[in-house]
Amino acid sequence: MSEAFDVIIGLEVHVELKTASKLFCCCSTAFGAPPNSQTCPVCLGLPGVLPVPNSEAIRLAVRSALALNCQVRPFSKFDRKQYFYPDLPKAYQISQYDQPLAEFGWVTIHPSGEEAKRVGIRRIHLEEDAGKLNHLGQRLGDAVGSLVDLNRAGVPLIEIVSEPDMRSAEEARLYLTELRAVLSYLDVSDLRMEEGSLRCDANVSLRPHGYQGSLEELPRVEIKNVNSIRNVQRGIEYEVVRQADMLKRGERIVRETRGFDDSTGRTYSQRSKEEAHDYRYFPEPDLPPLRLSPEWIEAQRTALPLLPDAIRRDLRSRGIPDKDVEVLVLDREAYEYWKDAAQAFSDDRLIVNWMLSDVSRLIHLRGETFATATVRPAQLVELLKLIQEGTLSGRMAKDVLEAMFETGQDAQALVKQKGLSQITDEEALMQVVNQVLETHRHVVADYLSGKEKALAYLVGQVMKLTRGQAKPDLVNRLIKEAISGSQAVSS
Amino acid sequence: MSNRLWTEEAVRLHEMFVAGKVSCEEIVQDHLEHLAAVDPGIGAFLHVAADQALAQAKEADRWSTEERQMRPLSGVPIAVKDNIVTQRMPTTAASRMLEKFYAPYNATVVEKLYAAGGILMGKTNLDEFAMGSSTEHSAFHPTRNPWQRDRVPGGSSGGSAAAVAAGMVPIALGSDTGGSIRQPAAYCGIVGMKPTYGRVSRYGLIAFASSLDQIGPMARTVRDAALLYHVIEGPDARDATSLPLTASPPTRSGPWRIGVPREYFQEGIDPRVGDVIDRYLRRLSDAGHEIRDLSLPHTRYAVATYYLIAPAEASSNLARYDGVRYGFRCDARDLVSLYERTRDEGFGPEVKRRILLGTHALSSGYYDAYYLTAQKVRTLIRQDFDAAFNAVDFVVAPTTPDVAFRFGERDDDPLKMYLGDIYTVTANLAGLPAISLPAGWVDGLPVGVQWMARPLFDNALLDAAQAAEALMPPFQFPQEVRE
Repeated sequence: MSEAFDVIIGLEVHVELKTASKLFCCCSTAFGAPPNSQTCPVCLGLPGVLPVPNSEAIRLAVRSALALNCQVRPFSKFDRKQYFYPDLPKAYQISQYDQPLAEFGWVTIHPSGEEAKRVGIRRIHLEEDAGKLNHLGQRLGDAVGSLVDLNRAGVPLIEIVSEPDMRSAEEARLYLTELRAVLSYLDVSDLRMEEGSLRCDANVSLRPHGYQGSLEELPRVEIKNVNSIRNVQRGIEYEVVRQADMLKRGERIVRETRGFDDSTGRTYSQRSKEEAHDYRYFPEPDLPPLRLSPEWIEAQRTALPLLPDAIRRDLRSRGIPDKDVEVLVLDREAYEYWKDAAQAFSDDRLIVNWMLSDVSRLIHLRGETFATATVRPAQLVELLKLIQEGTLSGRMAKDVLEAMFETGQDAQALVKQKGLSQITDEEALMQVVNQVLETHRHVVADYLSGKEKALAYLVGQVMKLTRGQAKPDLVNRLIKEAISGSQAVSS
Repeated sequence: MSNRLWTEEAVRLHEMFVAGKVSCEEIVQDHLEHLAAVDPGIGAFLHVAADQALAQAKEADRWSTEERQMRPLSGVPIAVKDNIVTQRMPTTAASRMLEKFYAPYNATVVEKLYAAGGILMGKTNLDEFAMGSSTEHSAFHPTRNPWQRDRVPGGSSGGSAAAVAAGMVPIALGSDTGGSIRQPAAYCGIVGMKPTYGRVSRYGLIAFASSLDQIGPMARTVRDAALLYHVIEGPDARDATSLPLTASPPTRSGPWRIGVPREYFQEGIDPRVGDVIDRYLRRLSDAGHEIRDLSLPHTRYAVATYYLIAPAEASSNLARYDGVRYGFRCDARDLVSLYERTRDEGFGPEVKRRILLGTHALSSGYYDAYYLTAQKVRTLIRQDFDAAFNAVDFVVAPTTPDVAFRFGERDDDPLKMYLGDIYTVTANLAGLPAISLPAGWVDGLPVGVQWMARPLFDNALLDAAQAAEALMPPFQFPQEVRE
C-alpha cells in the first residue's frame, strides 16, 4: 500500500454460552420464547436477590479460553459494571474487570498467498447479558415507547478481546471465521450472529507512518453490534476509507461509537466517547472470587477435541487439496460428515469430491445441512462402494444419489429396484456383442479397413441395447476380441 | 397468667404450646391485643398481619404434639424487619420507593421461620433502606423508644427492638450492616446479635452494603436469641457468600480471658456509659473471668472506612430502583428524567446522601484513594482482631458511646450520627460475630455492652453471653407497657 498509514483493527467478540440456564439463576436460556417468560426474581433484579454462579458456564468459558491458547487464571473475580439503562435490571452488569478469567491467547489466521499469522487475544472474561428493548415505532428517534424483554438478561457471555493485531478488513474476516471455527468444535455456543449468540464490535484506527505514540492514544472508532461477518468486513472497509479521507483533508478523527447500516454499507455516528460512561467498576461483593484448581484446568485441556489447525494437518496428510480442506475445517458439520464417512471408506478424496459437489448441491437445494442431510455418511459410503466395485458408473451414481435424497432409501435398494447396475458378466455381454457385430457387418468391415470411429459406433450400439448398464471399457475390449477372433477363424 | 402471655419468653411460649397448656391462637391473640394497645404510642410496626397470624395459629393448633415439638418456633410470634422480603406481606424497606411493593418470593430466613412453625406477626419499622441509627429516617413514621417516648429506639432495626422491648413479640429479626441490630438493642435494653458474616443467608434481605449486611436475632433473653439464631443460621444455595456449616468450635466453659479494647473508652464516650461498663466488667472479674487490657489500634479509622465501603456498595445496590420495573415511578417525558424524578422523589435525604457519597467514592480517579484504601484498612482492622483473639477469648466493649438520644437531636449533624457507630462497625468490617446485652442504666435509659468473638464462634459467643446474662438482673418491661 502506498497509503501514509497502517490500518489497526482490534475486535471484541461476545459469545453466548450454550448453557441450559442463565449465568446467575435457574432461568432457561432458550431463544425465541414469549417476552419475559424466562425470568425470575434474580434476573429481574428484584430487591433482595443474590447471584449464584453457574458452574457449567464457567466450564464452557474455560474450555473456550484453553482452545484459544489462553492462560486461565486460577484466581479471578467478578466486578460490577454500572450504568443505567432499562434493559439492565440491576443497573449494573456482573462482569470481570481487572482480573479476567483468561489472558494471553491467540488465533492463527491463514491469509491467502501469505504466511500464517497470529492474532493475539488480550483477555477472555465471563459476564451476563442484558435484556432487550423493543421500540414501538419505525425508528428509535420517533419511537412512541419501548418494551423491555428480560429473557436474555443474565444469559452467560464470554467477551473475547483481541489485540489490535489485524491490518485489514480481510484479516478481521479471517480472524472471525477462524475464531468461530475453533468455538464450533467446542460445543460452547450456537454461534448464530443473526440471533445474537455471536456479536462483534470492531475497533478501527489509522496509524500515520512515523507515529510514535501508543496505540491506545490513537483516535479509535468502535463499530458496534454488526450482525454478520460479511458486514463486519464491510463496516471496516467503509471506516478505513472514511478515516483515510478525513486524514487527507486534514480533519481530526474523533473517538466515537458508530453503527453500521446494512442497506447503505456505511457507518454512522452513535455517541462520542467524550460523553462516555464512568462505569464505576468495583468488586462484586455478592460473589466470592473464582478459584480454579490447576488440576481441574488441566482436565479441561485434556477434554478438548481436535481443533481446526490439527484437523487441517490431518486432512492435508490424506492428500485432500488445500481448498477443500478449508471448506471442511470451517464447516464443522461438513467435517463431521466427512469424518463419519471416512471411518467406513478408504478413499478420503473421493468422499470429499462427492461431498463438496453433488451432496453439497443437493442439500442446499433441499434446505438441509450436512448435519441434517437426508443421506447420511454411511449411505454415501455405500454408494461410493458401488462405484468403486464398478457396479455403478459415475453418471449412474449421480442419479442414484438424487433418488436417495428424494426417497431416503439406500443405494443398494434403489439399484435393485430400478434394475440399474452395470453388466459385468462377460458371457451375458458377449451375446449382445455378437448380436451387434452380426447386424452391423459393414461397420465391422469399416473398422477392419482402418476406420477407428467405427469401433465407437459399435460400442454405442451395445450400450444402447444394454440401456447403458454395460461398462464401456469392457464392451470396448470384448468387441475388439470378438473381431480379431472372427478374423483368425476366417483367415 | 394466661392474660399475660405477651410477657413470656419465646422458649417458654413454645414449651407451653407443646405441652398443650395454651393454644397458639391464645398466644397470638394475646400478643395482637397487647400490640394494638401499645404500638400506637410507639410505632414499631409498618404492617401488622393479624389475619395471617391468626390463620397460622389456628393451623398450628391442629398439629400433634410431635409436630409441635419438631418445629422449634411453634407457638412463637415473631416480627420481621421490613427490609426482609415476604411474599404475603408488603416489603417497603421504609421507603417511598417500595411503598406498595409485594415481593413474589420469601427471603430464605422467612422460609425458615415458616418451616420452624413461627408465627409472622408483621413487618417492623426501620431507617429507610436500613440507613440510619434512629429509625427517624423511615419514610412513613418514626418509632419511639419504649423507655422514654421522646427518644429514638436506635436504628436501623428500631422497629424490631422497640417491638421486642415493649412485649409486642418475644423475638424479632433485624439486620446489621454497621450496628443496626446491636445499637437499637442497646438503646431498648434487649439482646441483639449480629452473626458471623455468611452464617445467615442474605437471600431476600434488601441489600444495603452486601459485604457487611447480616440478618440476626433480637430478643429479651440470650436463650431466645439463640433459639431464633439456630433456626435461621446455615448455608443457602441461593447465597454464594453463605458459609458451609462447619463443626462448631468447642466452647471453653470459663473462666474466660476477656479483652477490653482501650480505644473504645477514649474520646467521645459518655462518661456515665463508661461507668456502667466499668461496673459491668467488675462483675465479670468478680465472677472469676480475667479482664485484659488490649489495643485495637486501627479502631480510629473504622468509621471512615465504614462510611466509604457501605455507601459505595449502597450506591450500587440501590441503583436498581429506577422506576422501570417495580415500585415508585414518576411520569416523565424521557428516560433520563424518569430516572431523575423517580429517584429524587422516591428516596429520602439520608439515602440520597449515602448514594452520593458512594458514587463519588467509586468514581474514576477517586476509586484508588477512597474505596481501595478503605478495603486495605478493612484488612488491617480484621488483623487487629485476629491478633486480639490470639490472646483473649472474647472482646467486650460498650455497644454505643451514649444512650438513646432525643428525636431531631442529630438531624443537622449526620457526622455525629455516623460517629455513634464507632463501636459497632468494626464487627461488620471484620466479619465477626457480636452480641449486645443489657449492661445497666443511665437516667432510666438502658446501656448495652457488646461481646465479640472470632469468626464462626457464634455458638461460643451465645454460650458466653448466656452465662454473662446470669450476672445481671432479669429483663423488666418499661412501666408504660405493663398495663
